[in-house]
Amino acid sequence: MMKSKLFDYVEKDNIIYNLTGFTKFICFILLSASVMFSYDIRFIIGVGTISFIILRVADIRLKRIRMMLIYVSVFIILNFVLTFIFSPRYGETLYGSFHPIFSFSEHYTLSYEQLLYQLTKSAKYASAIPIGILFFLATNPSEFAASLNKAGLSYKAAYPVSLTLRYFPEMIRNYNDIALAQQSRGLDLSKKEKFMTRVKNTVNICFPLILVTLDRIEIVTNAMDLRGFGKSRRRTWYSAKPMATRDWIAIILCFLVLSTSILLSVFINHSRFWNPFS
Amino acid sequence: MKNDPIIEFKDFSFQYYAQAEPTLHNINLTIHKGEKILIAGASGSGKSTLGNCINGLIPFSMKGEIQGSLIVNGKETRDQSIFELSSTVGTVLQDPDGQFIGLSAGEDIAFALENECTPEGSMKEIVHKAAAIVGMDKLLSSAPQELSGGQKQRVSFAGVMVHDVDILLFDEPLASLDPLTGKTAIDLIDKIKNQYDKTVIIIEHRLEDVLYRDVDRIVVMSDGRIVADMTPDQIMSRSILPPLGIREPLYIGALRAAKVTITEDIHPGRLETLYIAKVKDRLKAWNAAQVTQPEENKRPPILEIEHLNFSYSRRRKIIKDVSMKIHQGEMVAIVGTNGAGKSTLAKLLCGFVKEDSGRILLDGKDMAGLSIKERSAYIGYVMQNPNQMICKPMIYDEIALGLRLRGVDEETIAARVDETMKICSLSPFRKWPISALSFGQKKRVTIASILVMNPKVIILDEPTAGQDYRRYTEIMEFLRSLNQLGVTIIMITHDMHLMLEYTTRAFVFSDGMMIKEGRPSEILSDIEISDRASLKVTSLYELAQKAGIEDGEGFVLSFIQRDKEVAL
Repeated sequence: MMKSKLFDYVEKDNIIYNLTGFTKFICFILLSASVMFSYDIRFIIGVGTISFIILRVADIRLKRIRMMLIYVSVFIILNFVLTFIFSPRYGETLYGSFHPIFSFSEHYTLSYEQLLYQLTKSAKYASAIPIGILFFLATNPSEFAASLNKAGLSYKAAYPVSLTLRYFPEMIRNYNDIALAQQSRGLDLSKKEKFMTRVKNTVNICFPLILVTLDRIEIVTNAMDLRGFGKSRRRTWYSAKPMATRDWIAIILCFLVLSTSILLSVFINHSRFWNPFS
Repeated sequence: MKNDPIIEFKDFSFQYYAQAEPTLHNINLTIHKGEKILIAGASGSGKSTLGNCINGLIPFSMKGEIQGSLIVNGKETRDQSIFELSSTVGTVLQDPDGQFIGLSAGEDIAFALENECTPEGSMKEIVHKAAAIVGMDKLLSSAPQELSGGQKQRVSFAGVMVHDVDILLFDEPLASLDPLTGKTAIDLIDKIKNQYDKTVIIIEHRLEDVLYRDVDRIVVMSDGRIVADMTPDQIMSRSILPPLGIREPLYIGALRAAKVTITEDIHPGRLETLYIAKVKDRLKAWNAAQVTQPEENKRPPILEIEHLNFSYSRRRKIIKDVSMKIHQGEMVAIVGTNGAGKSTLAKLLCGFVKEDSGRILLDGKDMAGLSIKERSAYIGYVMQNPNQMICKPMIYDEIALGLRLRGVDEETIAARVDETMKICSLSPFRKWPISALSFGQKKRVTIASILVMNPKVIILDEPTAGQDYRRYTEIMEFLRSLNQLGVTIIMITHDMHLMLEYTTRAFVFSDGMMIKEGRPSEILSDIEISDRASLKVTSLYELAQKAGIEDGEGFVLSFIQRDKEVAL
């Protein structure tokens, strides 16, 4: 029960939640693209700050996304370390200069160039993530399906997104129930048991879970057939919201951010990289 | 225009491609506009298949070969499409949870409209109207997990009412509802039928509950054939139902016991219409001749629960100061609405969750500190759906699993599994794969897999949910035989028949508290308690009241005891 809460969509009434799913989807793409494109750490930190502010405006509590943030931080740190281990001199090739700071060996010499490159990369991840979280948590799954459909994806491909989210909490509940019943037959899932045995025991839970889920799929398919799913080439969406002025403003703003990212590269940095060393 | 036929089967047969034999044989049935029909039959009688032919799942989603003709709304079904049919026939399926597709009630109701490209503006309006018909208009933004089973069913109902369908088809609408909610559902169906002049088809084996409101005809199916097509009065006056694995209403059984000759002219179809003046004297005479001795239980307690409290979060207590005693070798029921705390109590007993305060004693020993695994040596837990428990492809391995996990040697295992299989009459299937078994047999396998560990107490969650009378009897007689071997059996259930016929005591839960314990006949004769626990007073009691018998509960008890004796 508790685990499934993480994925539940909770309706809220604020400016971010009230944007249409389509707007959120487009803004998500535009902002991510702008961060992905640029290697200018000033710009990236700017976007990152804005997205954290939006996160606050959307009233998404840190507590709710704590686990996600921890995973992301671990990933970023790991990435930072591994990048250095595998290509410690890459910054040199990128920026065309070499200002050493500290030397472990000839190959493993940390330079300002390498440091800037790695920090830029980490900042990219760190600022892209809140945008993703924001989109993920503040979009009603059906509305998201609706926006994918409006963006041109066939509704038959878009609908399973919403369907998965509908039945996911139930699968978790089923898994927990089955796990309890199997534990009472003597199945040990705790750390007392050896790793391989635990894996084997988990299989014992998945087998009934698959059977129960297959039964469920048959019912859902029938229910959908009976109510005309797939009848015509188009479909409308109950949860779709009409585009309002604020939606266009949001899209234009995000578009401007992407433009800045591109213009910065073309006219000021003359490359995707900001090079303070030349 | 009431007499226009709207559904016409003519020499209709159907065979699934995957099956060797036809599922429906030579069906001839005409249903007229505005009629209300009950299609009854045991599991596997073909009643659901018949329904699927009407709504178009057959042949469009479930493939097979059709012979003969089926005309719905003036056109052969096979020449229409499932979509065309769905605008004439609105189907409410059995599982209220599974057919809930949307992420909110409103969205689910709108599903059919969305698929028809109804513009977003007018869609909201239609959804609101349809929801108002079933009384769900205030809950449009609720998520499925916030709704009860009955409410989910109403949502599905509204989902077919968004179209102006002519025919409403309900596939086992009572299967997953508690008795009181089921009664409300039957009431609602009746109201809407009359108000909007719909043709209604209800597929159900729980006759007594459907007949809470009038139906025009009952069509009885058996082995893919229609064996009776009569009014309720005609059906009840002939004893054709029990041999077909369908339960007759309890009050009919009581009339038979009192040697009343049941004929059409006493209107036995429904208790409400029964001409009581004609049978009153006989009933009274029979009742006077009965001697009832309430069974006293003097055996020592096996399970004692003392002042148990439990809550998941600080805000809401799930179990509030529950104390109860269950004696060795008893067979008891725990009843109450969803969320009353029944399942949580079972979880506490098995050690899945830990009590906040209070004690659970087994054979006088405190169970606190025992792990799930350790407790399972004393208390076994059988889930409702056998598919949730079975994790080995072979019967033998499934039953042996618990022992193997405990490191018992194979020789001992073989002996124990053999013995358990014998008790559970599973020996002939020793080498079978589980996939080849029927639902009832699977249930027996799951019970066997618990029994093999020799627990003193077995807890079963809804042991007979969704089962027809024949399978119900099969499962319950099996449980009774286990009980006679000395196993204490606790059942969590909504089924009033089960309570009445198979248990000696019942505990009623409401809102986390145990509000009553007593004989089932006593509980089901108590209007207030039944209401609070979402049960329904038994028709036996109502019959006694109608006949002017003062000690209604005594009458219920006499009948149940007599019924047991007849069964033995």
